Amino acid sequence: MNILVCVKRVPLTGGKMVLTDDERAISTRHLGFTISPHEECGAEEAVRLVEQHGGSSTVLTLGPPEAEEQLRDMMAIGVDRAIHLVTDGEEWDPQATASAIADAIRAQDEHPDLILFGNESADAGNYQVAIRVAYTLGLPVVNGIKALSVDGGAVRCEQEVSGGRDVFVLPMPAVVGVLEGINLPRYPSVPGRLRAKKKPVASSTPARPDARLEMVKLTLPPGSGKQVEVLGTGPEAAPAVLSVLSELGLV
Amino acid sequence: MAVLVYVEHPEDELSQQALTFARALGEEVRAIGVEGAAYAPAGFAAAIESVVAQQPYSAVLAPGTDHGNEVLAHLAARLDLPLAANCVSVTLGDPASVTRVRWGGSLLEEARVHGAALLFTVAPHAVAADAAGVGFIETVRADDDPVKVLERVSTATAGVSLADADVVVSGGRGVGSSEGFAVIEELAALLGGAVGCSRAVTSAGWRPHSDQVGQTGTKISPEIYIACGISGATQHMAGCKGAKKLLAINPDGEASIFASADYGVIGDLHEVVPAISAEIRKARGA
Repeated sequence: MNILVCVKRVPLTGGKMVLTDDERAISTRHLGFTISPHEECGAEEAVRLVEQHGGSSTVLTLGPPEAEEQLRDMMAIGVDRAIHLVTDGEEWDPQATASAIADAIRAQDEHPDLILFGNESADAGNYQVAIRVAYTLGLPVVNGIKALSVDGGAVRCEQEVSGGRDVFVLPMPAVVGVLEGINLPRYPSVPGRLRAKKKPVASSTPARPDARLEMVKLTLPPGSGKQVEVLGTGPEAAPAVLSVLSELGLV
Repeated sequence: MAVLVYVEHPEDELSQQALTFARALGEEVRAIGVEGAAYAPAGFAAAIESVVAQQPYSAVLAPGTDHGNEVLAHLAARLDLPLAANCVSVTLGDPASVTRVRWGGSLLEEARVHGAALLFTVAPHAVAADAAGVGFIETVRADDDPVKVLERVSTATAGVSLADADVVVSGGRGVGSSEGFAVIEELAALLGGAVGCSRAVTSAGWRPHSDQVGQTGTKISPEIYIACGISGATQHMAGCKGAKKLLAINPDGEASIFASADYGVIGDLHEVVPAISAEIRKARGA
């Protein structure tokens, strides 16, 4: 079984976001990079499915040259190879992204049986790239998946809803958007990192079409405006906490 | 022209907010629901597409829920139109101008959307539902599609659910271990609340993901949120901004969580949390 997992390089944000001078990106001068949490679980799921059923896994990203770091990270946890659609770092809108990914999948000698995405990217959160890729390729798709298993030529997917889980069964090839929590991703081992350095990365440079969802600028939402009331230091603060809880009618 | 609203559940607050948002756009509002034996994302989108084909619309919108975003993404793919997910404000036109949330609400994006009709979803709590009620909602039948819910497996939930709890007590990296959560559990139980945690905790395997509060975990809206040993990363704050009051307990007085907190205790949670539990017991005379 061949599995493709799509990921996006995003900054590893801390407690406070700072924008660049042109207000079109987060200032990453003091930040590291990662991929969206849902996608980390997508990559882990791809590796587990290949461990169970055989086959091979591929990780794909559309992103700047530096995104090779994230591709190597995913190969370090066991993904076999990578496809890098290299950009100049400008943001691509969801339609352009989906179209470049679909083109890259069509160009493969062996088509994937299962294409995994994160439910939404951590940064842009557009909730649509997986679905657009599926439509372009004429494949069934479901998003928001918290459990997944492959049986024969079908993939069983569970979507969490209030009070239970809804079950879908998609014939493969299929596209599935997964959520964090579907598994607990492993950490890369040192031998895994060494192996990852030798794994193949196929690069190409697609042309970016005009954005139809065109970002103009980013802004920081208004602050909470809250002024914290320090109730005290250490266990001596407990009576002051109790008064707060009493005011709320909890004690 | 008119705007079309996909009403997921008329009794649901987020669907009511989407209707309120639509009415503020100043055009005639047509509301539709999709009737189908089982949820089918493509089947629901196809049914809405057949309504969209009846007359020109300046906008088609839905609540920014899991299903609302999924169905509108299908509709956008079918119509080959852009989709702006989770908008907080919208000005119609070609291009339309929107402000939408990024990073789970930690950033806002101002964008122009180029398309004959604007497809968008309304970010939860971008507006308060007005008192006008839902009004008349037409129902259309879902198209038959093989990708549909085949069965519902019920999951037993013990105690208060995190999303609905009035009190949530969470632990972060500062708890130090899975066993360390005993003090968090004790305080949560005394207050009739639920236990939560940060992403660092689930990544370490100390608690299940179902306990995770955050952008990629559960979004909570308790009366009070007690965050213990949590630094306040944007990933976490995106999940708890709905809390009415926030009490942060952290040894680092400079921790960014204090910028969003109503109350703070500077100290080690392993000492502070048991002291609070003891104080509650004392007050209750137990």
